[in-house]
Amino acid sequence: MKKKCFVQIFVPNFFLLLFAISCIVPFLIVVSISITDETIINQFGFSIIPRIISFKSYEMLFAAPKVIVNAYMITIIVTVVGTVLSMFVMIQFAYVLARRSYIFRKQLSFFLYFTMLFNGGLVPWYILITKYLSLKDNLWALILPMLVNAWNVFLLRTFFQGVPVSLIEAAKIDGASEYQVLYKIICPLSTGGIATVCIFTVLVYWNDWYNNMLFINDSRLYSLQYMLYNVMSRVQFLQLANAAGTSTSMQIPQESLRMATCVVAAGPMIMIFPFFQRYFVKGITIGSVKG
Amino acid sequence: MKQERLGGNRFVEQLQLSTMALPAVILILIFSYIPMFGLIIAFKNYKVNLGILGSEFVGLKNFMFFFHSNDAFRIIRNTLCYNAVFITVGVVFSVSFAIMLSTITQKKLIKFYQSSMFLPYFLSWVVVAYMSLCFFNYKDGILNGILKALRQNAVSWYSEPKYWPFILVISYLWKTAGYNVLIYYAAIISIDEVLYEAAYIDGCTKFKSIWHITIPNIRPTVVILVILSIGRIFYADFGLFYQLTQNSGSLYSVTDVVDTYVYRTLRVTGDVGVSAAVGFVQSIVGFALQMTTNFVVGRIDEDYKLI
Repeated sequence: MKKKCFVQIFVPNFFLLLFAISCIVPFLIVVSISITDETIINQFGFSIIPRIISFKSYEMLFAAPKVIVNAYMITIIVTVVGTVLSMFVMIQFAYVLARRSYIFRKQLSFFLYFTMLFNGGLVPWYILITKYLSLKDNLWALILPMLVNAWNVFLLRTFFQGVPVSLIEAAKIDGASEYQVLYKIICPLSTGGIATVCIFTVLVYWNDWYNNMLFINDSRLYSLQYMLYNVMSRVQFLQLANAAGTSTSMQIPQESLRMATCVVAAGPMIMIFPFFQRYFVKGITIGSVKG
Repeated sequence: MKQERLGGNRFVEQLQLSTMALPAVILILIFSYIPMFGLIIAFKNYKVNLGILGSEFVGLKNFMFFFHSNDAFRIIRNTLCYNAVFITVGVVFSVSFAIMLSTITQKKLIKFYQSSMFLPYFLSWVVVAYMSLCFFNYKDGILNGILKALRQNAVSWYSEPKYWPFILVISYLWKTAGYNVLIYYAAIISIDEVLYEAAYIDGCTKFKSIWHITIPNIRPTVVILVILSIGRIFYADFGLFYQLTQNSGSLYSVTDVVDTYVYRTLRVTGDVGVSAAVGFVQSIVGFALQMTTNFVVGRIDEDYKLI
């Protein structure tokens, strides 16, 4: 093993640690504010370490969790339905594009690829969905437009092409249908790629607020992210506070309640993500080698 | 006889494959191709009750309106400049951190650094906007707290444009660098260790071997990623410019980009024609850039060409 001098160890570790901390600290600050007593915030402003800890804002949130539970339900429904459908559609399409013997393979590849080069822009897309498909205030508006992601389809195709053709041929000779080849042979051999694309897709649906903002007016259909976005503005915040039964003279812990909402909305994803990271890291490194 | 049966199987196979592709093809047709025809809205005075075809044709009026307004220069400048800075600063930052990460030998440390750098990538811009609120809030924000402690005047961050170019660049780096570091890191660790051993025996210092071995070896990855992002230089990250700035009107001079402008003219001002015209320009310029960059990528390395 080569000997390393002090500087060679210290310098990279120093910068990496600095960056790593800067990535974690903002979230810790949000958590810290959410458990700080409101009078302290009014007096001293936000601080990284809470001076006096108070769980009042969480108590308020969980006393009447209707708004948050509802937003969670919407997000979970959209994410689950969206991801399942999306994976189904994309896996099949990617398989077809990966099959060299398919006669329209070239044409369909271009058909998909062209959507990455050119699009109609926001306005025609918006008018199509709201006016012609009448999906305003409909959860399908949050699911359908994002089902096929060209980049992910190509990523899956790259993974599928890695499976030896002889396996497919052998199965075909034994009388397997294309569906059987895909779901019995290709998919079990491409779990890494499928897991990566699956996580990407979950992430996109879970974090979506843009389509909500465009297509949803009914506050009962607000997703988690969009609810959170609205809590930042005052009106929606008061609704949340009122739902928590604070029409009495009790003082609303404004800032800490807001940050507590953020923690409750974003926390679970942050807790879950390290478990998926392994697949993710593998997937994008393989996918990026050949785009 | 045998030939015929094979032909029959062939047909069944092609039919099955076509059926499998059908759902995706229909979805792409509806959500990607039909809107392309909607681009004609850019040449019309669109009225909801008249529909796309029924609305009055006005030629280039919507384009003239946009290019004669003060907004045109501003949003195009902002979009291009921010993206240019994001690309250059992003590459330098990500590559240097990837190199630093590659010098770490302890598995646990690598994992810790990777996980924490990657955390922001998993957050939505809404959550990031909350985090920035902790820093920039006028009354309680941490930055103003520090300023007060230093006996300086508090700054009203959400109405002072001059700070925002820096804030936006830093936030963008913060959120996306982890992902790019990971890609470059993967490229670095796939470099053959033998090269470094040889350089070491020849008396090469660590810095020299980074310069002469690491950098040349990851250059193709860097070039490809840069060219791909140049192809998207006319598209801005809507969440960054809309959420982080709290969509504050007094910041528009430095935060308004094509995507936020298109959104605002469509949903707030309700000027559908102008919005479609700007979207039209974005699509056409974006298409030209994509084609050019794809051509350039093809010249550099056939393997990296998208099709």
